[in-house]
Amino acid sequence: MSALVVRALEREMVVFARTWRGNAFSSFVQPLLFLGAMGIGLGGLVDDGAAPTGGLDYLAFVAPGLLAASALLTAGAEALWPVMGGVKWMGQYNSMVTTAMTPGDVYGGLVLAAAVRALVAATAFLAVAVLLGGATSLWTPLALVPTVALAAATSAVLAAYSVTCQTDTGFPIIIRLGVIPLFLFSGTFFPVEQLPDALEPLVWVSPLWHAVESARDLTTGSVGVATALHVVVLLVVVAAALPIGIRNFANRLTP
Amino acid sequence: MSPDAPDPDALVRARGLSKRFGDFVAVAGVDFEVRRGEVFGFLGPNGAGKTSTMRMISCVSPPSGGELRVLGLDPIADGPRIRSRIGVVPQEDNLDTELSVWDNFIVYGRYFGLPRPLLRERAEELLEFARLTERRNDRVDPLSGGMKRRLTIARALINQPEMLLLDEPTTGLDPQARHLLWDRLYGLKRQGVTLILTTHYMDEAEQLCDRLVVMDEGRIVDEGSPRQLIERHVTAEVVELRFADPELQAKALPVATEVADRHEALADRLLLYTDDGDATRSALADRGVDALTELTRRASLEDVFLALTGRTLDE
Repeated sequence: MSALVVRALEREMVVFARTWRGNAFSSFVQPLLFLGAMGIGLGGLVDDGAAPTGGLDYLAFVAPGLLAASALLTAGAEALWPVMGGVKWMGQYNSMVTTAMTPGDVYGGLVLAAAVRALVAATAFLAVAVLLGGATSLWTPLALVPTVALAAATSAVLAAYSVTCQTDTGFPIIIRLGVIPLFLFSGTFFPVEQLPDALEPLVWVSPLWHAVESARDLTTGSVGVATALHVVVLLVVVAAALPIGIRNFANRLTP
Repeated sequence: MSPDAPDPDALVRARGLSKRFGDFVAVAGVDFEVRRGEVFGFLGPNGAGKTSTMRMISCVSPPSGGELRVLGLDPIADGPRIRSRIGVVPQEDNLDTELSVWDNFIVYGRYFGLPRPLLRERAEELLEFARLTERRNDRVDPLSGGMKRRLTIARALINQPEMLLLDEPTTGLDPQARHLLWDRLYGLKRQGVTLILTTHYMDEAEQLCDRLVVMDEGRIVDEGSPRQLIERHVTAEVVELRFADPELQAKALPVATEVADRHEALADRLLLYTDDGDATRSALADRGVDALTELTRRASLEDVFLALTGRTLDE
């Protein structure tokens, strides 16, 4: 990977500048609708009972969950079909490697672009969450850190895999059996303590759980060592995926 | 110059170069040199190993064996440095369909790390070169095949390459678009750009190439200028005979051996190689050979390929 990795990011930004209106729905408006429905609608029911949300009202509980979960969904989808597009359908990756760029730059640029997109969407989402009273701590802006780290980890792992695929037939399965269960069971909508005891340790392997825990610490102001450790876990995932992704991109683009 | 002494003008030098994909041998050990300023061609049918060779020279495919130097550098260790100084036009236009014509130049130029003001200047010139100035803000998809091809070639010039590699540059284009493209390529040659191209079109090889190698089944079967190859392997003229049915063609075969230096019997026609087409045709008439059509033409690289491999290029 070289400094040219930012050129691949530039390309994504040129496309993003033209298509952001369409993308805004899935990456920003959609999570806001969730926030309204779950945080305010469902929250109205939950808060009347004795909910095990650690004394938080439900809106404050679910806001950081949705913040991180939407980063997972967006980065996940972006690392599947668009990668197939770059390799095969449109083939722009094949022309990128005929320049001074290496396959590793193409891959690194893709991960970087996922991080930047998540940063933009998450900033907008957090601003609304603050206005609605879903995030009250002064630490709140730092919740962008685990969110962006999650987007990078998701992108790095999934793109390293998707670039090895000849067709996109497996992608919907990854979304349905991989991304959606993570989305639902990573402490996003309810505390993981509600899960059967046997399943509870499983969430430790969920990158989303780490991001949610860290973001929730920050938006609610209960910051500790764990807050930072969760981010470290996500960065370790990125670091572990990068060499594999670089190798896979090289094998695919420069056989 | 002996073939083993490195030519100081050689931009590309290959010795025993090979490429394997698993058990499949795409290039089975080829030797060639491309000199500065020339138009060098790889001629051969589909599957001859031309594209694999080009991809190795472009540093987007590591060689499996042998030696390869491009611009005096090692393609594996110095890939980005070499690619910064060459232009690549792949067989299929891989323009960025999510970008406008203009942004295709700018974004692609950024991949070389070039500054924007410089790129804007060059993009204006290259739009002109590609005759696409009016379409600058359009998306790429609605452009015609010829326009996309010209854009791909123009885009490959954004880094002002010393050497331009073109894989089947005119495949799929109509004759008018081909001639316009050839004209652009002549222009580049006049500016001193070294061109390497692959083609399975004989006329293209004869029109454009100073020197070429004929490839078949991963090997180089001969090399030289188009004229040298024709002189080496075939006669000056070819008489082509077509018959009403295959039996008549079979009956004419013994006569063919008498009146021509050499002949090739194809499924649909009989080719007679001769230095004097008129004399051969009158000899045929004397012996009462009754062909449906008869024509005399100059020998071409198609005939060279047939002589070298026993097959026509489209087989």
